[in-house]
Order: sequence, then structure tokens, then C-alpha cells
Amino acid sequence: MSRTGEETMAQRDGHSLEPILDVRNLVKHFQVGGGLFGGRPAVVKAVDGVSFQIRRGETLGLVGESGCGKTTTGRCILRLETPTSGEVVFEGRDLATLSERELRAMRRRMQVIFQDPYSSLNPRMTVGQIIAEPLSVHRIVPDRAARAARVQELLSHAGLLPAMAHRYPHELSGGQRQRVGIARALAMEPSLIVCDEPVSALDVSIQAQIINLLEELQAEFGLTYLFVAHDLSVVRHISDLVAVMYLGKIVEITDRKSLYEDPQHPYTKALLSAVPIPDPAVEAGREHVVLGGEVPSALNPPSGCVFHPRCPIAVAECRTTVPELREIRPTHRAACIRL
Amino acid sequence: MEVLLDVRGLRTQFHTSAGVIRAVDGVSWDVRKGETVALVGESGCGKSVSALSVMRLVAAPAGRIVGGEIIFKGRNLLALPEEEMRRIRGRDIGMIFQEPMTSLNPVLTIGRQLTETLETHLGMTSAQAQARAVELLSLVGIPDGARRLRQFPHQFSGGMRQRIMIAMALSCDPALILADEPTTALDVTIQAQILELMKGLSRRLGVAILMITHNLGVVARYADRVNVMYAGKIVERATARELYANPRHPYTLGLLRSVPRLDEPRRAKLQPIPGQPPDLSRLPVGCSFAPRCAYAIDRCREQEPPLDTVTIDHVSACWLAKDLPAPVPA
Repeated sequence: MSRTGEETMAQRDGHSLEPILDVRNLVKHFQVGGGLFGGRPAVVKAVDGVSFQIRRGETLGLVGESGCGKTTTGRCILRLETPTSGEVVFEGRDLATLSERELRAMRRRMQVIFQDPYSSLNPRMTVGQIIAEPLSVHRIVPDRAARAARVQELLSHAGLLPAMAHRYPHELSGGQRQRVGIARALAMEPSLIVCDEPVSALDVSIQAQIINLLEELQAEFGLTYLFVAHDLSVVRHISDLVAVMYLGKIVEITDRKSLYEDPQHPYTKALLSAVPIPDPAVEAGREHVVLGGEVPSALNPPSGCVFHPRCPIAVAECRTTVPELREIRPTHRAACIRL
Repeated sequence: MEVLLDVRGLRTQFHTSAGVIRAVDGVSWDVRKGETVALVGESGCGKSVSALSVMRLVAAPAGRIVGGEIIFKGRNLLALPEEEMRRIRGRDIGMIFQEPMTSLNPVLTIGRQLTETLETHLGMTSAQAQARAVELLSLVGIPDGARRLRQFPHQFSGGMRQRIMIAMALSCDPALILADEPTTALDVTIQAQILELMKGLSRRLGVAILMITHNLGVVARYADRVNVMYAGKIVERATARELYANPRHPYTLGLLRSVPRLDEPRRAKLQPIPGQPPDLSRLPVGCSFAPRCAYAIDRCREQEPPLDTVTIDHVSACWLAKDLPAPVPA
């Protein structure tokens, strides 16, 4: 779990190894259909029994393809969705047991950065107003002059020039907007930030800027990240732990090194193999596992192991047995009966 | 090999309230028979506008092709009457876009949309077109074509819709397909399926592909030759192997260094390109990349470097092209 030989934030700062976030058997089902024309409503099992822990100062990368439930998992943790069942224990407290007021206070401690900063920034407000708003609403910095100073400080943390405070979102580039989104999240002095595809809408040259910024801020403020993304190269770079999701379930979870150097689950292997390497000389000698078929509908998931219809190593038993996420070796768990 | 499409000095501009935007500014590139050529670059570099210009589909009146020639099979497309151009679109040159849902008509069946092209361009009867449509679906890996033809676009997944777009692009046996970010909206496992399909079809049918993308990995796996675009110009061109092994423009070098690679040890820090892409209505004097370039010298800020030969089949628009370091980060 260490970064290129260094210690992780948690170890370095001597924090307890208690997780800051403990997600236990999280389930989120959505009802669709039914209603006006009768008919039985169907249930989409968007998140179907997800468990993981993140320690303070660490980053957990949650990867998977569209519809796998990674974004819904993040939204349940932020309480933007009410989980159907399961527990989200954040800084030692089960969020479901909190009153509205307590929850509001707790929410300050967990912030979110979205994929498309443009749609999450109010177009009628200046950058300065956008960042100042939570400071005044939550009475973090009630004094006007102090607030302006704090906005400047936050802009500088996010790598933006002071003059940016007077600009409007449409005047900014994608990378600058994402920096504003980051400054706004930092305004609340959170301990956990859910980063939901924070760089996938950005140009390649800008992605690296934002990733470096996120890492610098993590080191400076001891932030913990849940990094939701589909880009496996980016996730490898930023994460200490990685969980791979498929159709609402975690199919593999371990530290970064084990996942990328010794992936176990056939889905993880296929995902890694599908990522093209930006080097023709390497590509020419690479073997590719191209998965057949498509991700099945979460409305009507396959029986047994949900991955079996696309799995290159599936056997008859996979059609009937739901694989448990079990320890393959210490700190490395995968859900596959063939392992 | 024989040149199929030869774009020479293409200039496409947009007239906006903010001034004239030189989206494509004197760009030359070609595609030979049967090969896959990539146009790579970031948003706003002019790669999509280049493809739209080839098809003469730049949105008027704001957008206008103001200069250059586009020679396709010996004829300058820019000089053709609109009616003849219409015959070329979809028949000799097919197109695939990023978001198939927006290019398919939601209220017409897949069958209607496939057969329409066949009847219009090739004069097939409805029965002939129907049979050919089933064949095309099977070619792109969609079984049970006769039934699928009666379905509407929303009944297909994103990957399937992209297969349908490929079938449509191939329907009239084109010599060239323009593919604009064909897999960007797709999941990584589906992206792999679609790219393998395109590569296979290109080999089997001898179709040339112009692949427009921002994804350096996709280019590395599928392109024979690569043009790198920045701020409306081509800044470097080489065979894919040469470009990745020996990039001779700081922008290409910067792009390659900024992406994390799964096959290399994880680096402690990524090396981004500093700054932002320039505003195309207010380009700096000299080289457009100079403000972001770590190697820039005074000359770069005064004189624009021409696209010059580095080695055989390798050109770069940089005054320091021959003195740049190797691509491996220090």
C-alpha cells in the first residue's frame, strides 16, 4: 500500500490505522417502470452489496465501466442518495443514524468534485462568489473581508491567479473550471473528497496538471480521496487501493501494486488488456483479450456470477454460483470461483 | 502507395463576434490507399474541422473554407458543384462520429436508414437493399440482421449503435472513412471491440481510415501514420513508430510525457504541459506553442517555424527539432 517505496500519508503522519470511511454491505436499488400504466415495477440493483474501507490520507480508486455502480456508490456515501441498506461509517459515525442537522455538519467534511465542472458551477456567479458562497452559507467565514482573503487563499491553493475571482465560468477553460471546483470543495475544509471522474472531460495535457494538483493538496491537507474513474492508467497513478466494479458489485479489491502487477479476476485482466499503451512498439508485441458481448442490463442481471456470459474462463458452475469476494492472499480479494 | 486524399494548404475559418478564428490554418496532409492515418490533438486544435472540411460540411455562414485544395481521386472536392459533392459523401467517403445516437435518426428504423443510402447512392431496389443491409450488419458483428433492421436506434446499446454507424459508413463500399473520435463515448472493453472491428474491416476491404482522436494509446495501436495538430496547424508528422520513438516537436513530447502508462513503473509525479491551449482568435506571434514550451528560445517568439523535414517521412515545425531530448522522462 505504499507509494513507490514511500510511506502513505497515514503512516507518515502517525494517524491511527482506523478507517476514515467504512462502507459496509452498501446496497442501492432503484425502482423503474410501473406507475401510471400499471405493470410491475422493475428493480435496478445499481449497487449490490459493496464494502470497502479507506484510511485517512489514502486514495481508493473505484473503477469500472458505465453503469457498474461506481458513481452511485459515491453518491450514497455523500448521502446524495439514500442507500437501500448497508452502512456508511464516516469518521466513526454511521451516517444513517445522524439527524438532519448532524448530517449537514458532517457533510461539510465530505466534498465532491464532478466530471463536468461547467455544469456544476453557477454561470451567473463570478468565480469569487462561487467559492465564497459555501463560506458564508455555512458560516465558516462570516466576516466579509476575511472571506475575500480566504477566497484568494483558496484560489492560490488551486493554482489560480487572484484575478480569476472576477471571472465567470464561461470565460474559463475546462482545466481552470475544474480548479474552481476544487477550490470550492476545499473551502469546506473537508477530510474526504469524492472525485467523480474529475479529469475525464479534460484534455490530455491538462489532465496531468489536475492530477498533480490533487496529489499536492492531499499531501498538504491530509485529504482522503474516493477516486471514481474509468481510466485505469490514471487510477493507477493516483490510488493506494483499487476496487474494480462490475454490475453493482466489487469483483476485485487490493492495493495498487497487486492489482496492476498481479490482477486476479478475469474482468480486471480484460480491462487492463483493453487499455492501449501509447507506444506502437509495445502495442505490436502485446496480447489483447478482447471481451465479447456487452455489459448486461442491471435490470436483468445474469444468474450466478454476473460476469459469466463474457468471461473467458467461465465453467457451468459460474452460471449458478454467486462468487463471494474472498481473500486470494492477504489484502487481495477477488470474487471468482475459478481462482 | 497511391495517394487517395491529398489535402493541400487547407484553411478554414469561423467568423465570430470575438473575431476571426483560424480553426485550420494552412494544413497539408494525405491519406494513401488502405492505410490508417491519425489526426491527433486536443480540443480546438482543428482536427474535427479538418474532417468536416473534407466533406464540405463546415457550418455556414460562420464557418468558411477560405483556401487550399482537397484532392480526392484526382478531383478537387472544393471545386465540385454541391450536387456532385453529395454523391461523394456517403458513397466514396463514409463518416463515423463520436456519438452515434446524434447521427442516427431516432424515429426511423435502422433498416430504413441503412437501405436509404443504398437506394439513393447505388440505385438498389428495396429488396436488394434489404439483403445488403442484413449482410452489412453481419459484417459489423450484429447477428439476426433481418429482425434487428426493424428496430429503432434507442433499442441498441452505445457499442451496437457505433457498429451500425460503421455498417452505414461501409454500405457503399467507400475508399475512405473519416472516423471522428469513434470510440471516445464508449467503455474501454467496447472501445477495444469497435477498434478491432474497424481495423479488421479496413484490412479485409482495403478501406483507408482517417482517425481523428485525442487518445495517444488508440493511435499507437491502430494508426500507420500520425499527424499531430496544435492550434490549427500540423506541428509534426511521422509514421506511428517513428513518432512515438523519436518525437521531434515539444508538444508531441509533452503529450507523451503527460500520460501515465500502464507498462511503465509508476512515476512519483506526472509531467503536464504547463498553461492552456491558446485562444485561436488571438494567437501569439511566432510559434503558437512557445508560451507553453520548456525549450522555447527568442527566435520561437518572433518567427513561426515551418514544417520541416527531420528525417525521411518525418516532419516537425520546431526550430529546435533536431536538438530535443529523447522521449523518456529524466
